[in-house]
Amino acid sequence: MQKYEKWTSERAIEIIAQHQDQKGATLPILHALQEVFGCVPLEAEPLIADALNITRAEVHGCVTFYHDYRREPPGRRVLKICLAESCQAAGVRALEKRAKEKLGVEMGGTTADARVTLEPVYCLGLCHSSPAAMLDKDVYAGLDEERLDELLKEAQA
Amino acid sequence: MIRIYISRDSGALALGAEAVVKRFEKAAEERGLDIEIVRNGSRGMYWLEPLVEVETDQGRVGYGPVRASKVDDLIEAGILEGKPHEKCIGVVEEYPWFKNQTRLTFARVGTTDPRSLEDYKAHGGYAGLKKALEAGPDGIIEEVLTSGLRGRGGAGFPTGIKWRTVADTPPQQKYIVCNADEGDSGTFADRMIMEGDPFVLIEGMTIAGIAVGATYGYIYLRSEYPHSSVALRAAIDAAREAGLLGDNVAGSGFAFDMEVRDGAGAYVCGEETSLLDSLEGKRGEVRAKPPLPAHIGLFGQPTIINNVISLATVPIIMDKGGEFYRDFGMGKSRGTMPIQLAGNIKHGGLYETAFGVTLGQLVDDIGGGTYSGRPVRAVQVGGPLGAYFPRELFDTPFDYEAFAARDGLIGHGGIVVFDDTVDMAKQAHFAMEFCAIESCGKCTPCRIGSARGMEVIDRIVANENRAENLEILEDLCNTMKLGSLCALGGFAPYPVMSALTHFPEDFGADKKRLEAAE
Ligand SMILES: Cc1cc2nc3c(=O)[nH]c(=O)nc-3n(C[C@H](O)[C@H](O)[C@H](O)COP(=O)(O)O)c2cc1C
Ligand code: SF4
Ligand code: FES
Repeated sequence: MQKYEKWTSERAIEIIAQHQDQKGATLPILHALQEVFGCVPLEAEPLIADALNITRAEVHGCVTFYHDYRREPPGRRVLKICLAESCQAAGVRALEKRAKEKLGVEMGGTTADARVTLEPVYCLGLCHSSPAAMLDKDVYAGLDEERLDELLKEAQA
Repeated sequence: MIRIYISRDSGALALGAEAVVKRFEKAAEERGLDIEIVRNGSRGMYWLEPLVEVETDQGRVGYGPVRASKVDDLIEAGILEGKPHEKCIGVVEEYPWFKNQTRLTFARVGTTDPRSLEDYKAHGGYAGLKKALEAGPDGIIEEVLTSGLRGRGGAGFPTGIKWRTVADTPPQQKYIVCNADEGDSGTFADRMIMEGDPFVLIEGMTIAGIAVGATYGYIYLRSEYPHSSVALRAAIDAAREAGLLGDNVAGSGFAFDMEVRDGAGAYVCGEETSLLDSLEGKRGEVRAKPPLPAHIGLFGQPTIINNVISLATVPIIMDKGGEFYRDFGMGKSRGTMPIQLAGNIKHGGLYETAFGVTLGQLVDDIGGGTYSGRPVRAVQVGGPLGAYFPRELFDTPFDYEAFAARDGLIGHGGIVVFDDTVDMAKQAHFAMEFCAIESCGKCTPCRIGSARGMEVIDRIVANENRAENLEILEDLCNTMKLGSLCALGGFAPYPVMSALTHFPEDFGADKKRLEAAE
């Protein structure tokens, strides 16, 4: 099952056109592109610059400034582990280590079978029950080793 | 029919609420039970989530935490009749932790169905707008000024003064921007409002719009909150459908409409001018002030930018009056504050109370100390830019000025508890690392200083010229404090210096040397 569409500039232009009339359309366009293609490839930048009548440098600056945007599509599932203070206080560093070992990747990496991308996140607003994580758009809190292992299994399934 | 309540708030979902709902639905089908499940917000008692509340003649009886695998047992034990059980906490509104709060902003959260406009109205919703329309723009601003409400996003600037400034600028396109970036670790109050009572935020923004003559609003929502996004968008559509947004709000002749915009994972975009740049489609770089956003804000137009809680508190101020609100609190900190208890804590959750309660009461009595059962060693208040307080400072009352007097800040009201296994040099290092990751890059002390700060802390810990490097660290912190354009670089020294001052042993430093240096 292919989760993201393959990049074509025709499709990108179509997506850009759907959002370009909003005020301050850059982020909505970038979000929409990433939603469809899983990333914002370099080829998208001149198309956006053209549609919004801004320089390519402005678009490039934007794509690289925000942590959310990617250059390459991620693995089939994205697992984000919260590394901010509240989760640290609840022992997330040990879980982070365990996740990296079990998946065999560093933070920001994608497993060899392209199933899981592991990323850090700084607070999911679930700190009442730290440590917390997010698998795609599903949230998990009160993690311990056992629940993390279940989560890793789910991510790799 | 039996009505039960199970939260759809993402905090409850993260703890398994969805599976509990499914199990109840299945059990009802198997047993032919006539039940209705209402998906409310969370009561804020997250150590009890998923919390199942059953409507009975006495009130809503709560059971928690409920695991999906235990639902059948609970039904056997008579949960649907509100019968006693080891998981039962009795009538939720009588439960001491809940009952002892003063819930003004959060009055409805956990009580109503956040997707239902009728439910919102049945519980006092839109009474504030009605009063606001009677009072008119000047009357609204007077009421907000009287209330003493200060911005709940961190800086604590008086909301009424900000509104007055925008109202006084000549008529033109003006905007209301809601800062829903909630990036601080240890905070989730904004999220709970957006998911548990989104109409109150819409109502607050509408009142703000009428007060200053703004006809359009944006909610800038962090991308880490997908559930809030769904809840807000649904509520905005429902309000528009009911004529409470649009060209003629509630038949008043005032126009106000709004939309949600998603952020893209940059902490600094919580800073108000950086947020405006981001909304305009640029990189979120901090702007120098003046000009104030109140004069030249979004798309160059006069703009009110307020935090979610600030805006969501306006409806009750309009409904009950500014004086009613002002009568809670202490000193210049008026009204109530939704305090968020997080980290290594037994009773993690949201506790709304009048200003003035001490830090120790919050951590020990209300929070119940650590869940690890070990002694509390440090608490960080006010997010990643807030100071670490040791137990010796637990008598500090929750009040903007009292915290500032002790080199701390209350920020957005998040309290993160650490037990005695914490390494404070590591926490200081992380504060610098976070600043380095999130810096917008505009000023050198923040962009470069944070990276240098990490290195210096490494050297101190490794005992390389420790005395000299301690001095360099202090000097660097001062440079960042004085030379940064915004509070990211300007306040990162607070967690660092407080860690060093109160926990010098973790740096291998001598307490006396530090005291002598002050
Ligand atoms: C680095 C940085 C991050 C901030 N993050 C937030 C935030 O996430 N939410 C928020 O409401 N205010 C945040 N603020 C404070 C805002 O700049 C601003 O003071 C606030 O939104 C004004 O609204 P208020 O007066 O209602 O608090 C941040 C400030 C800085 C310097
Ligand atoms: S202090 Fe840091 S985040 Fe703030 S304006 Fe300067 S570089 Fe940007
Ligand atoms: S710090 Fe991890 S969820 Fe907030």
